[in-house]
Amino acid sequence: MFAQQFINAVSLGGVYALFALGFTLVFGVLGVVNLAHGAVFMLGAYSALQAVVLLEMPLPAAILIAMLITGAIGWLLDKLIFAPLRARQAPHLAPMIATIGFAIALNSAIEGYFGAQNLRFPLETLPVQTLSIPGAQITWLELEIVVLAFVLMGVLLWGLRRTRIGCAVRGLAESPRAAAFLGINVEGVFRLTSVIAALLGGAAGVLIAFYTNAVFPSMGQPILHKGIAVVILGGMGDMRGALLGGFFLGFAEVFSVAYVGSSMRDAVAFGLLFAILLLRPHGLFGTAVQRHA
Amino acid sequence: MKVKHAVLTAIALAFLLCPVVGAAQIKIGVAAALTGNAAQYGVPIRKGFELAVREINGSGGVGGTRLELVIEDEQGKKEEAINSFRKLIFQDKVLMLFGPTLSNSAQASDPVAQAAKTVVFGTSNTADGITSIGDYVFRNSVTERDILPVTLQSAAQKTGLKRVAVLYGNDDIFTKSGYDNFKKALQDLKIPVTATETFAKGDVGFKPQLTNIKAGNPDAIVLSALVAEGAPIMVQARQLGIDLPFIGGNGMNSPRIFELAKNSSDNLWVGSPWSVESPTPENKQFIAAYQKAYQEMPDQFAAQAYDAMYIAAQALKKIKLIGKLEADRKAVRDALPATQWTGATGPFRFRQVTGRDGKPAGYDAVQTAIVMMTKGNRYVIQK
Repeated sequence: MFAQQFINAVSLGGVYALFALGFTLVFGVLGVVNLAHGAVFMLGAYSALQAVVLLEMPLPAAILIAMLITGAIGWLLDKLIFAPLRARQAPHLAPMIATIGFAIALNSAIEGYFGAQNLRFPLETLPVQTLSIPGAQITWLELEIVVLAFVLMGVLLWGLRRTRIGCAVRGLAESPRAAAFLGINVEGVFRLTSVIAALLGGAAGVLIAFYTNAVFPSMGQPILHKGIAVVILGGMGDMRGALLGGFFLGFAEVFSVAYVGSSMRDAVAFGLLFAILLLRPHGLFGTAVQRHA
Repeated sequence: MKVKHAVLTAIALAFLLCPVVGAAQIKIGVAAALTGNAAQYGVPIRKGFELAVREINGSGGVGGTRLELVIEDEQGKKEEAINSFRKLIFQDKVLMLFGPTLSNSAQASDPVAQAAKTVVFGTSNTADGITSIGDYVFRNSVTERDILPVTLQSAAQKTGLKRVAVLYGNDDIFTKSGYDNFKKALQDLKIPVTATETFAKGDVGFKPQLTNIKAGNPDAIVLSALVAEGAPIMVQARQLGIDLPFIGGNGMNSPRIFELAKNSSDNLWVGSPWSVESPTPENKQFIAAYQKAYQEMPDQFAAQAYDAMYIAAQALKKIKLIGKLEADRKAVRDALPATQWTGATGPFRFRQVTGRDGKPAGYDAVQTAIVMMTKGNRYVIQK
């Protein structure tokens, strides 16, 4: 039983981490708590579903389509909401509230078009094979989610550290004004960040929709709440923190179900989270002062 | 002056009686959710009523009098249900009325009918306590409280299960109340529970709970969930190598399970007042007529509405309407409780319940649930 619960925790942690990566990127660079990330995540799942069902695309192509569409939404999100508010130097709460509105609009549009009921990917498209190891079962999909969470974090970290554009992003996160003096196209980098975060969210949406076997308009909401917790725990804006935070929450939830009881799950998991924040108020990888705050 | 008064009264009376006596029709009200989220139930309900009325009128009506439906859309909302009830009772002056679609609305609107001493007949309200509102409140919808023990008993007999694990959604009124009813039934049947696990709406994984359940080595899993969570639960259980039977409540009684849990949907036990597979002649006749009229398959809600109209017609046959609304409404109420009928949902009669004050109140359904098990993407009747 322990082996199985360990695997359950790893795969659930992978799901949370995957979601949290894009979420934390927007915060780290744009300094915005993007509450539309859950809706973008949901849109990714619906886009891939349509690509598979209507256009009969293979799965990898459907994921690419989903990333294209959510990337475009990320562009729109910055163009319509973040950029105008940046230009007016609105306080932090303004873009956060605006993203709530954006999320509601997106949710309602999808619900109006597809209805509120659950949909699922056709069975043939799903990698359903189960891998049996002594004492436990894991599906290939779960394995892929975990691996992908690590790979994406690696790519993001590498990109931020080693590429010119990554340098620009980090410079921007440090101080937009200084970055502008250095000749960095500040607005362009902001927009690019929003696009990358959104397409990561879209990819997470597709994979997690496969994992849960359910696509529905409000699917982004519960995971958004968990995502916020993960990102705060990891240290707002930190990639390694998002990954570690995701796994922490996964393990906390699964092992509280295993050893305390499922009705106490959220109480135990979030209690632990609170305890850690008492010890490290800025999260596992957070720095003492948020530069934007 | 006095004469004038008398004339006016006579004219007014003539107008009042006109719909009943003049047109020789019996007006029956229907308040159903025809738009909004609950329309998925309300629309088949309306079709079931209309089909029954066409058939009854086609074979000469009730004692030579035609039935006339007055239909109101209550949108699945409490306020609209109350408005619809008021309009049907006071303005349209219906003899009796059917509806509303949701239990939630019935709690609010049925007291209006009770106060106006007009029979209200629910065909889809399954929550506890609806009929304890008063003695003018009837329903033919079978409650989960009645269905779940039958489902459990049948599954226990057929599979020989000795002990079960329980899994339910603890943040939803419907699945929580399903759990309460299951728990009571398990106690009554003296079936030990190895583990009780919960989940919440929007959970992405159910494997931790299922792993716990697996460790307790039960013979079956009792599941109070809606299909939205229930389907992924069945899929993930099969992934973990748990091939046990699932015993579900009304929330799991939906053909959508075959789509949402494709290839993992076998061995789910549910109880239902109606089944498309039920081979009785009444049911076959109903399904054929419904398909001919609407070019689609009926569901449980259409079947219950269809039967309810026939039950009402049976009661109406027994009474002589005198054209005085108040007296006629009371006559309907007095005739209904003893009415029996065998329709698409099988043999049916009423049972009186007690109200909150301990006095006899309205009437619930007495009807045997049909227990079904899923196999190869369809329901197979077990008894």
